[in-house]
Amino acid sequence: MSAPGVEIDRVSFGYGSTKILDDVSLRVEKGEFFAFLGPSGSGKTTLLRLVAGFGVPNAGAVRVNGRDVTDVPPWKRNVGMVFQSYALWPHMTVAKNVAFGLERRNVSKAEIGKRVAAALDLVGLGAYGERRPAQLSGGQQQRVAVARTLVIEPDVLLLDEPLSNLDAKLRVEMRQEIRELQRKLGLTTIYVTHDQEEANAIADRIAVLDGGRIQQLGAPMDLYDRPANRFVAAFLGTANLIEGDLAADGSFRADGFALAGLAVSKPGKACVSFRPHDVTLSAEGRNLTGTIQHREFLGGNIRYVVTVGPHRVTVDTVHRRDFRVYEVGASVGLSIDAGQASVLY
Amino acid sequence: MSLPAPRRVGLLARWETTPFHLICAGTVAAFLVAFLIVPVATVVFVAFWDGQSLTLVHFADFFRTSLMIEATWNSIYVALMAVVVATIIAVPLAYFTVRFRFKGAALIQTLGVIPLVMPPFVGAVAMQLVYGRNGSVNLLLMDWFGFRLPFMEGLNGVIFVQGLHYFPFILLNLSAALANIDSAMEESAQNLGASGWTLFSKIVFPLAMPGYIAGAALVFAKVFDDLATPLLLNVNNMLAPQAYLRITSVGLADPMGYVISTILVVLSVVAVWLSLLSLKNRDFATTQRGGGGLSKRELRLWEKIGAYAFIAVALILALSPHFGILMLSLATVWSFSVIPDAFTFAHYITVFRDAGGMMANTVLYCGIAALIDVVLGTMIAYLVLRTKLPFRQLIDQIAMAAVAVPGLVLGIGILRVYFDVKLPFSGESLATFWVMLAIAYAVRRLPYALRSCTAALQQLHRSLEEAAECLGGDKSVVMRKIVVPLMAGGILAGFVTSFATAAVELASTLLLVTRDASAPLSYGIYVYMQSAAGRGPGAALGVIAVVVVAIATWAAYRVAENDRARRAREGVAA
Repeated sequence: MSAPGVEIDRVSFGYGSTKILDDVSLRVEKGEFFAFLGPSGSGKTTLLRLVAGFGVPNAGAVRVNGRDVTDVPPWKRNVGMVFQSYALWPHMTVAKNVAFGLERRNVSKAEIGKRVAAALDLVGLGAYGERRPAQLSGGQQQRVAVARTLVIEPDVLLLDEPLSNLDAKLRVEMRQEIRELQRKLGLTTIYVTHDQEEANAIADRIAVLDGGRIQQLGAPMDLYDRPANRFVAAFLGTANLIEGDLAADGSFRADGFALAGLAVSKPGKACVSFRPHDVTLSAEGRNLTGTIQHREFLGGNIRYVVTVGPHRVTVDTVHRRDFRVYEVGASVGLSIDAGQASVLY
Repeated sequence: MSLPAPRRVGLLARWETTPFHLICAGTVAAFLVAFLIVPVATVVFVAFWDGQSLTLVHFADFFRTSLMIEATWNSIYVALMAVVVATIIAVPLAYFTVRFRFKGAALIQTLGVIPLVMPPFVGAVAMQLVYGRNGSVNLLLMDWFGFRLPFMEGLNGVIFVQGLHYFPFILLNLSAALANIDSAMEESAQNLGASGWTLFSKIVFPLAMPGYIAGAALVFAKVFDDLATPLLLNVNNMLAPQAYLRITSVGLADPMGYVISTILVVLSVVAVWLSLLSLKNRDFATTQRGGGGLSKRELRLWEKIGAYAFIAVALILALSPHFGILMLSLATVWSFSVIPDAFTFAHYITVFRDAGGMMANTVLYCGIAALIDVVLGTMIAYLVLRTKLPFRQLIDQIAMAAVAVPGLVLGIGILRVYFDVKLPFSGESLATFWVMLAIAYAVRRLPYALRSCTAALQQLHRSLEEAAECLGGDKSVVMRKIVVPLMAGGILAGFVTSFATAAVELASTLLLVTRDASAPLSYGIYVYMQSAAGRGPGAALGVIAVVVVAIATWAAYRVAENDRARRAREGVAA
C-alpha cells in the first residue's frame, strides 16, 4: 500500500502552557479531499499551517507522501497553500504572481510562460495575465491564488477558508469549481473551514476539531447521522440534546420528557440527540406534549421552539400551502422518530 | 496512552529565525553597539572616572563652579520658557482647528509645517536683524512709540527663536489628541448635565492633556540639548555651549564636558520617556472607536476676527526666520535699518563658487546616512515584527533611544572612542574621517527611518510572505522580492526624512569636522555666520538648505500619501 498523502502523527503544538493542538493524528489518502472543520480557536488553521511548515510541532511528526517533513522549512516542502486573504502580491502582475513558484524552481523562461498560461487557462483567467491583482474582482483574485498554487504541481493543496471573503452565491459556485478541479488533477487536498455546510458539500472526509483535539473523523453523512459526542451533534447541523437516564429496554427518561425504542448499548446516564426534522407535531399529543414558545418562518420550513417541561425542543416542519401552522402558546403533541435519534454518553 | 516524547525543537525554529535573520541581527547590533552604545556609555563613564576608579569628584567640581551652576539654571530656564512660548502659540491654534468650522484651519495646518523645514540655528542670525536691539521691529517701535522690546536680548533670543521653531511639536500632538476625542464623549457629558467650564475641565482637558505633555516634553528636550542656536546667538552661558567650548578649547580630556553631556543625556532621556509615556496613555484613552473629534461650530463674526488676527500674528512670527534669512541672503548691507539698503544675488554667486564642495559633501554624507538608516530600519522592523528572536524589542528600543541622544553628546562620544584609532595608509583619525560623520548622522536619524519602515511593514499582511515561502522562496528571496518592494513607499519616505533632517544637523558636525574640505552645508552656514561679512553668503547657503529640506519633506509626504492611496486601492488584494 502506498504512503498516505498527508500523515499527521500524534502532533501537539502550543506556546508555553497554552495548548493549541493536543495529540492529533490523522491520515489523508492520496487524491482525497479532506476538510478540517471546527469553530474559531479549535486549532484547525494551526494544524493546516503545520502541514505547510509554518511552525514546528512540540511533539509528533508530519509526513507528506511518506516523507518526514516536520523540520523542513516551507520553501522546501512543495506543499501549496491558498490563503484566506488570497495573499496576491499587489506589486506584480497576475502572470508574475503565478510565475513566482516556477522561477524559484529554476524552470526555463519558455517553460514558465507555457505553464503560467496553462494554469491561468485552467481557472478561466487566460486573458488576465497582464492585469494587477487590484484590478480583479474577489472571485477572480481567488482563482489567481489557486492557479499560483497549482502551477508548481504541489504534493498537497492546502486551502485556508478560501471562500470566506466571497459573497454567498459566488461561494457556492467557487466551491464546486474547486472540487471539480481537484478531482480532475487528483490532488491530495486539505480544506479548512468553520462552515459545516461547506465542509459537507465539498469533502470526502472531515475531521471535526474542537479544543485542539479531533472530536470525530469520517465521511460527512456519517458524522451527521452518527455523531460521536455532543459537540459534533450540535456543530453539524442543529441538534436537540436532552440529558437523562436510559433503561435497558430502550426507553429514555428525563425531567418531563420520555422517548422509547432507542438502541441501547449501555444503560444509565445518557444524552439523546435528535434532529429538528425528526420530530412531528400534532394538535393532540398522546404521550409527549409541549407548548409552542417561538415560531420562525424560513420559507420551505417552519422552525418551532417547543417547551417540553424544562427542555426546549427545536422542531422543523415542512411548509406547503394550506399546511397547518401552530400559534405561539398553543399546546402540541410531539412524536420523535427514535430510529433517527442518537444516544451519546 | 502516553504522549509521544516531546521533539527537540531547535533554537532557530523556536525563534522563527533563519541564519539570514541572525546575520541581520548581528549587523544591527554591531552598528548600535559601536556607534551608539559605546560612545554614549563612554561619555557617561568618563564623567565618573578619575583615571583609576569611579568617582563623583567631577560632579562635585561641576556644582562648585559658579559658571556651571549658572549654565544649568539658564538651560532649564530657557527650555521651560521656550515651552511657555510654544504653548502660547500652539494651544489656541489647536483649539481653533478642532472646535470651529472655518477656513483658517487649513492655514493652521500650514503653520504647523513652516517652522519645521528650517532648523532654528539657520534663522537665528536673521532673527537678530529683524527682532534684535537694532532690528527692523525695534527700529519701527522706537520711531513710532519711543521704546524697544528685548526679544533677542541674551537668553530671550534663544527662547524666542526656539519657541517659534518648536511650537508645531505641541500643535501637532495636541491637535491629534483633541481630534481623537469623540464628540460622543462630550455629548454624553452634556447629556449627564455637564457644560461650559465643567465640561472643559472634566472631559476635554484631561483627554487632551497627554497630547500636550507629549509635545511639551519633546520641546523641552530639544531646546535643552540644542547647541547650534545658542552658539549662533553668541549665548555661551548654557550647558550645551559650555560642553562644546570645554571639549574644543580645553581638550578631549577635560572631564567637565563629559559631566555636562551626562546631564544632557539623562534629562533628555527622561523628557522623551515622559513624552512616549503620555502618548501611550493617549492611545489607551481612545480605545473606543470615535466619531472623530469634538463637535464643531461656526464662529461668530467677532470670534472670527479674533481668530484670524491670532493666526495672522502667529503666521508672521513663524515666517519671520524664513523671511529674515531670505532678505539677508539678498541684502547688500543690512544694519541699523528696517530693510536692507539694496538687494543683490552676489551672495548666491559666491556660495555657488565657493561652497559647491560643501553641497556635494552634504549630499554624499546624508545620502550614505539615509541609506544606512533604511537598511538598518528595514532589518530591525523585520526582526521585531516577523521573528521571535530574543532581545529583538531591546534592539528596537535602543535604536529608538537614539532620538534622546543629543548630537553634541554623540559627537563627543565618537571623538573620545575613535580619536586614537588611525586609518591605514593616511594615518588620519577615524573619528574625523568623513565617513564617521555620515555614521553619526545615521545614528541620530535612525529612529525616523525605523518608524517609517516599521509602519510600512505593519501594513504588510503576513500571508503575502507566507504565500511566497510556500511557493519555494526562502527568507532572503522573500525579503528581496516581496517585503522590500512592498515596503518601498515607507522605505523611501524614511530615506527622505533621514536625509533632509541630517542635512541641517549641526551639533555633531561641529565636533567631527576638522577640515573645510570635508565640511558639509550645515558647517558652512555656521562658519559664514560667524563674521559680519559672511552673513550674506551664510544666509544664501541657509536658503538653499531650507529649499532642499522643504522639497524633500514635501516629497516624503507625497510618497507616503501615494503609498496610502495605493494601499487603499489595492486593499482587496492585500
